[in-house]
Amino acid sequence: MASVSRDLGAGETRRRPFWTNRRKEAAIGIAFAAPEFLGIVLLGVFPLFFSLYLSFTEWNLVGGLKAIRFVGLDNYVALFQDKTFYLSLKNNLVYTIITVPVSMFIGFVFAVLIHSKVYLRDYFKVVFFIPYIATTVAVATVFSALFHPSSGPVNNLLMSLGIADPPRWLGSTDFALWAIIIVAVWQGIGYNIVIYLAGLTTIPEDLYEAAEIDGASWLQRFYRITLPMLGPTTFFLSITAIVASFKVFDLVAFLTEGGPNNSTNVLVYYIFEEGFQNFRMGYASALSWMLFLIIAVVTAVTWKAQKKQF
Amino acid sequence: MRQGTTGKTIVTAIMAVFSILFISPLIWMVSAASKFEKDVMAFPIRWIPREWNFIENFKTVWMGDVPFNLHYFNSLKLAVISTLLTLLFSSMAGFSFAKLNFPFKNGAFILLLSFFLIPNEATLVPRFIMIRWLHLYDTHASLILMGAFTIPLTFLMRQFMMGIHQEYIEAGKMDGAGIFRIYWQIVLPMAKPIIATVGILKFLWTWNDYQGPLIFLMDPKLFTITLGMQSFNDIYSTSYAVVMMAAVSAIIPLLILFILLQRQVIDGIAGGGVKG
Repeated sequence: MASVSRDLGAGETRRRPFWTNRRKEAAIGIAFAAPEFLGIVLLGVFPLFFSLYLSFTEWNLVGGLKAIRFVGLDNYVALFQDKTFYLSLKNNLVYTIITVPVSMFIGFVFAVLIHSKVYLRDYFKVVFFIPYIATTVAVATVFSALFHPSSGPVNNLLMSLGIADPPRWLGSTDFALWAIIIVAVWQGIGYNIVIYLAGLTTIPEDLYEAAEIDGASWLQRFYRITLPMLGPTTFFLSITAIVASFKVFDLVAFLTEGGPNNSTNVLVYYIFEEGFQNFRMGYASALSWMLFLIIAVVTAVTWKAQKKQF
Repeated sequence: MRQGTTGKTIVTAIMAVFSILFISPLIWMVSAASKFEKDVMAFPIRWIPREWNFIENFKTVWMGDVPFNLHYFNSLKLAVISTLLTLLFSSMAGFSFAKLNFPFKNGAFILLLSFFLIPNEATLVPRFIMIRWLHLYDTHASLILMGAFTIPLTFLMRQFMMGIHQEYIEAGKMDGAGIFRIYWQIVLPMAKPIIATVGILKFLWTWNDYQGPLIFLMDPKLFTITLGMQSFNDIYSTSYAVVMMAAVSAIIPLLILFILLQRQVIDGIAGGGVKG
């Protein structure tokens, strides 16, 4: 190519080779990003729309694709009359409304203490973080023993404190969800501590020094500096924690299988039951879309609330 | 915030008590795993066993009716392969989005991040069907395929690589290195800290995964440690000491890994490593 362009008259523009460095870089750049991008499209985006299609059909996997029957909105109509759906939604909301603020609050308090009021910061960080990384099903087996209604340490402790008739925890329709919430809070605190600690380290020290010079008390500094400066952290935590709370599965699947009597059934576990135990692919897909919409709406609302505030 | 050392000592002491109470369920687990069955539920709790049965319990778990070592190996295999693939794909994409130029790059990156809004749990049913189409149902390959792409970890990679000075890349170009060599010999060695972070996080998440194996595996020979815990609970439902030993075996190696690499784990989580 180069020799050809050299032969051209001086008045003509030199023809550049097609693969300029810039084009080469662009092509390689696209090739480098492509596997990840395509992987996500094929295993995340496509299935999302595939499940939208399935949600308008009835199919139990038998008979292949030909057996898929289009039923219009039937699944959604059924869903809005389905008591178990409402119950699992209600349970999920209770779980969200308790676990998210409680673990955030405890995480916040511990983070503030660990940040500035204790020695051995690394020790505390690690210890409180252990439940978050420990295998959930292994942790669940530990708690199912601890919560054993007649001989478990929890009820033994309650009885020794004078409670004659302690709850039957995982075996009781009134308390099973609470047992799960307790374990979830315990597992979630470490995550909140770590994120709040990261937020606390970004607050410039001179803000506190200036406030101290102005005679602000510890409490004033806390309310006027620490709390507002942690706003974005709290926002980030609320979104991630609320979204995660709608995905709760392991504890429920392992500890109660949604029982007793659906008292711990939650959205994802109900999808699992309908899809993989009853093989109602269409109905489970409709439930999946409800889950997706709920998470999308929650994210959007939290996002908006945050924009108004800051 | 200045404070007297006495105050700090007192708060430290109170927090130390809290931290021990907090971790007591796991201490109880280790203690129960070391006991004879008759002593496990004795109350008041005897934290240090009167009679030790650690070795017998250990033997029951590792050489008993549940092929625990096989489950262990399966988990290890899945975690290692998923981690390596995630490292490959996320570092390539991270490098590309951080350091290379191509049309619509930023748009593509934002689009990729927005896909993170799609909950994995909402696509279980269609993925189950797709995996069956591919004849991958009840294989490890299904879980490896679905575990190879992780948006938040790609995000971590890209953020880190944004911080690598462009001069290193330009210097590489001046020396006549192609983009592959720049990726492999300049960027990856400089990205060691984030590689450690992404690797350990992916390893932990894969090891701990219960939902994936529960839905996509059926053959007990392919079971992971999390499904193995289930088998244990079913078979040894009345012998807590053995079940606790199984729990200890599942958690402790992970714990050691975490304590060794705590910095990477905590920084990764704090930097946006949100579980998908």
